[in-house]
Amino acid sequence: MKKVKSKVRCKGKQQLPEVVQTPSRYRNPIGKFLVKRNAKCVSCGLCAKLCPYGVHVRSGKYTQPMRPLEHKCIGTKCQANDFYCVKRCPQHALSVKLNPILDTIGDYRWSSEMILAHWHMAETGTLPSGELEYRLGYSNGGFDKIRFRIPDPKEYLDIPDEEIDTSICLNKRNDGRPVRMISHPCYGGGMSFGSTSLSVLVGRARAAKRLNSFTCTGEGGYPDAFVPYRDNIITQVATGLFGVREETLLHTPMIEFKYAQGAKPGLGGHLLGDKVTPEVAKIRETVVGSSLFSPFPFHSVYSVEDHKKHLDWVKEVNPRALVSVKVSTPSDADMVAVGSYYAGANVIHFDGSYGGTGAAPDIAKKNIAMPIEYAIPKVHRFLVAEGVRDEMCFMASGGIRNAMDVAKAIALGADGAVIGTADLIALECVRCSNCESGRGCARSIATTDAELGKQISEEYTEQRLVNMYSAWRRQWCELLRQYGMRSIKELVGRSDLLVNMDYLDEEERQAYQPTPKKKLVL
Amino acid sequence: MPKKYSIHAHKTDPRFPPIGKYATVEFREDCAGSCRQCVKKRCVFHIFRDNFTHWSTMSEPEYLYTCKSCYRCVEECTKGIFSLAINPEYRTLGDDYWKAGIINSTWAQAHTGSIPVSGAGYRGPFAAEGFDSIWTDMSEIVRPTRDGIHGREYINTMVELSKRPMRLRFNPDGTLASEEAPVLEIPLPVVLQQPAFGVLSKTVLLAMAAAASSVGTLLFIKAEEYTPFFSPYAAHLVPCVTKDTYARYADLIKGSRMVEIAYGPGLDEALSGLKAINPDLFIAVGLPLDSAAAGRAGELARTCVDTLHLTGSDYGREVGTDNPRHLKDMIRDVHLALVGNRIRHRINLVFSGGIALAEHVAKSLICGADAVGIDLPLLIALECRLCKRCTQGKRCPVKLEAVELDWGKNRIVNLLAAWHNQLLEVMGACGIREARRMRGELGRSMWFDDLERDSFGPVFGKRKVTGIG
Repeated sequence: MKKVKSKVRCKGKQQLPEVVQTPSRYRNPIGKFLVKRNAKCVSCGLCAKLCPYGVHVRSGKYTQPMRPLEHKCIGTKCQANDFYCVKRCPQHALSVKLNPILDTIGDYRWSSEMILAHWHMAETGTLPSGELEYRLGYSNGGFDKIRFRIPDPKEYLDIPDEEIDTSICLNKRNDGRPVRMISHPCYGGGMSFGSTSLSVLVGRARAAKRLNSFTCTGEGGYPDAFVPYRDNIITQVATGLFGVREETLLHTPMIEFKYAQGAKPGLGGHLLGDKVTPEVAKIRETVVGSSLFSPFPFHSVYSVEDHKKHLDWVKEVNPRALVSVKVSTPSDADMVAVGSYYAGANVIHFDGSYGGTGAAPDIAKKNIAMPIEYAIPKVHRFLVAEGVRDEMCFMASGGIRNAMDVAKAIALGADGAVIGTADLIALECVRCSNCESGRGCARSIATTDAELGKQISEEYTEQRLVNMYSAWRRQWCELLRQYGMRSIKELVGRSDLLVNMDYLDEEERQAYQPTPKKKLVL
Repeated sequence: MPKKYSIHAHKTDPRFPPIGKYATVEFREDCAGSCRQCVKKRCVFHIFRDNFTHWSTMSEPEYLYTCKSCYRCVEECTKGIFSLAINPEYRTLGDDYWKAGIINSTWAQAHTGSIPVSGAGYRGPFAAEGFDSIWTDMSEIVRPTRDGIHGREYINTMVELSKRPMRLRFNPDGTLASEEAPVLEIPLPVVLQQPAFGVLSKTVLLAMAAAASSVGTLLFIKAEEYTPFFSPYAAHLVPCVTKDTYARYADLIKGSRMVEIAYGPGLDEALSGLKAINPDLFIAVGLPLDSAAAGRAGELARTCVDTLHLTGSDYGREVGTDNPRHLKDMIRDVHLALVGNRIRHRINLVFSGGIALAEHVAKSLICGADAVGIDLPLLIALECRLCKRCTQGKRCPVKLEAVELDWGKNRIVNLLAAWHNQLLEVMGACGIREARRMRGELGRSMWFDDLERDSFGPVFGKRKVTGIG
């Protein structure tokens, strides 16, 4: 596939925000391994001295050892080390074994190990050193079948992370609107006030500010708490038009028209009644406790011409804002992309069918529209053939779970990715899928309940996200170094660097990490 | 425009505690017992409090409201004595096709009449064999969707099971000269079918008949099961007979709108016999979904038969072979054979066997069916666990024999309401507002093989594995 050269030179200074240890909100974080200490322990403290990962902790002068911090344990891999606590314990009081609770966590797309690894990244800003597989899930298709080609060691570029450019440009049109750079090839996907707690939303905005990136209001309007971070918040205009007012369009550096969402393509947004609290109802100008089903489609858009009128309208309202068009992935995704280009969009954002949501019919999540893996090369090729690829920023989302998925999406042809679920996983979401009902999320993330919502803070959210993206950046930097690249923009459309396990001979396949397979009970 | 059709659901609680997915595990020996911060008291979903109440007296059943796997008890217990496990009983529920998740979701739909809605994204495999290798299309900007959900735009799910006249004749004054052909319509492309096993007590079958009557569809039922108790629902019953037995049920046939006769030698004679008993009778022919099905469909399309009812295995596969093809491919075969012979419009096709989810209805239509028949989901709606103990003469764990008529009817109606609304979701997204337009509309679907070839082919070359991989 052709390498794409950007006509507009986008220069941006990379900012690397500080990583700060941000531990779990919970007393007993879940780990892949169980570390048990039995009654033979005499509190000699040797294990605490030995373990470099901080599993065994002695608190000050308190003689009794604390319960092991199991989530920090690297597991049986540690057997090879001199400091392996189980082997060195003089009383043979310690044991390490696989935690059976892993059978209950996660699913085919977000495996239990991928979830735990992202908790680790969000806590420490580093990659897990243990046996956690954080790049591949059990879905047995799409990104889980795609690998980066084994690099030529001669191409390795030995430069530090700071010298690698992971920024992308959101406006390549040279249309008189600002050239906006973001420091990572990702920004935050729309989450509405109503679907998600305010502290999480504001925390995401604070993280976006520190990361020099964006987050998005979603469909739920523009709470006052967003105003201090308005330079980093995208205002979404969705079919329900909740909270869309002139001032919220004027606040923003980018306006996103949400035509569709990957988790429920062809359907409007859902906010079930229990989550429509007085605050949510006020901002959305609706009735407390009444379920909100947004219409579909925009009833003012039934053609590409109507679509252009929409974009002209917001461009007229805010002459400095970029315009993004968020659509899902129909069979004619390529036509939609070109239509959006001619309508004047700066960013075309495709949200694939396996994307996240606060509430969506199960039948829609599974069955409607195509996975993003198929849409990216299709759209990229078409935009290249039309000669407009260099002028569009193409963002992909919907089932892009981790740093390697982002890199694969870029190599397939996107400029970057829009991230939603991974942000929530960083905040210790377990993907239990109960965001939509009753008081909402028991883990205080996707809830508008006054009591539950207080159990998560803006500071925690901000730092956990900064940490996770710092860990992601390390992965991108290492990948780029392997291929002798200095900028992630060089990776766009480099599908020649990818292989798909199903398209290799058996012998070639042996050279790559096998596709993880596991039968889960869903 | 026809009158708006909707199925009214009535919440109908289960009689037995449904089997939930998660089990909490406590290691009691480590519990201090007096920390005063016991997570059991602080459970957001109150599962520990409500478990003291006997499930059967709870107005809200266990599986919807108890453990939701939020892990807060596991992570917050001051002594770390909690863990979660998959409920061993849940693991044994169903099989590889009728998965525990499908059974659980069917129970919930039969209980509430609501479509399953959840948070977070899709959790399953990327693609799988059969219907899971098809995605339905959606429309966007250049071809808008239909906002059919909640009836904001009307989407018609009615289909016909009667033969359509091939042409109309008109008088010189423009009035219709042809006789108006009788029409048999059902308001949603789903018919009910007597399951091949299960505790099929009189009340269970009556509940199915009552549900069919309530939503306006048909129940295909063995003629020998008919008793006078079924007479209120006669207009919605399709007695299934054979060439040897139909004469015995002449009275029943006279009072029926449609009859199904099993395919076999001497069928022509039987068809004449049926028409002789009731000239206005619509006729369905029941035949196995085997390798000869497409050929037989071609023959039968040229007869007076209105509808073919083709039945595959309970697992959505071809029958009569050691290497069975999937239902989706079989539907395509039969449909395309008729299209190829330019006789598809002469006959209607109903496919049964392995229709387990609402999405299977939409995908079957896209593959070429006019309607589908459902059997096992009816039993599951009545709390059946598909344990098949009944086939060995053992007692039913959920006492299906004791089902009350209204309760059973409501549970099945609820399931159909949920399926109907899910069909509307898919059709709305497709931008299709007539179920009849869905038939064979492959352009509104995307298939795994095609997407791999068209999208990944130019990137990765030739695919070197077969199937899903």
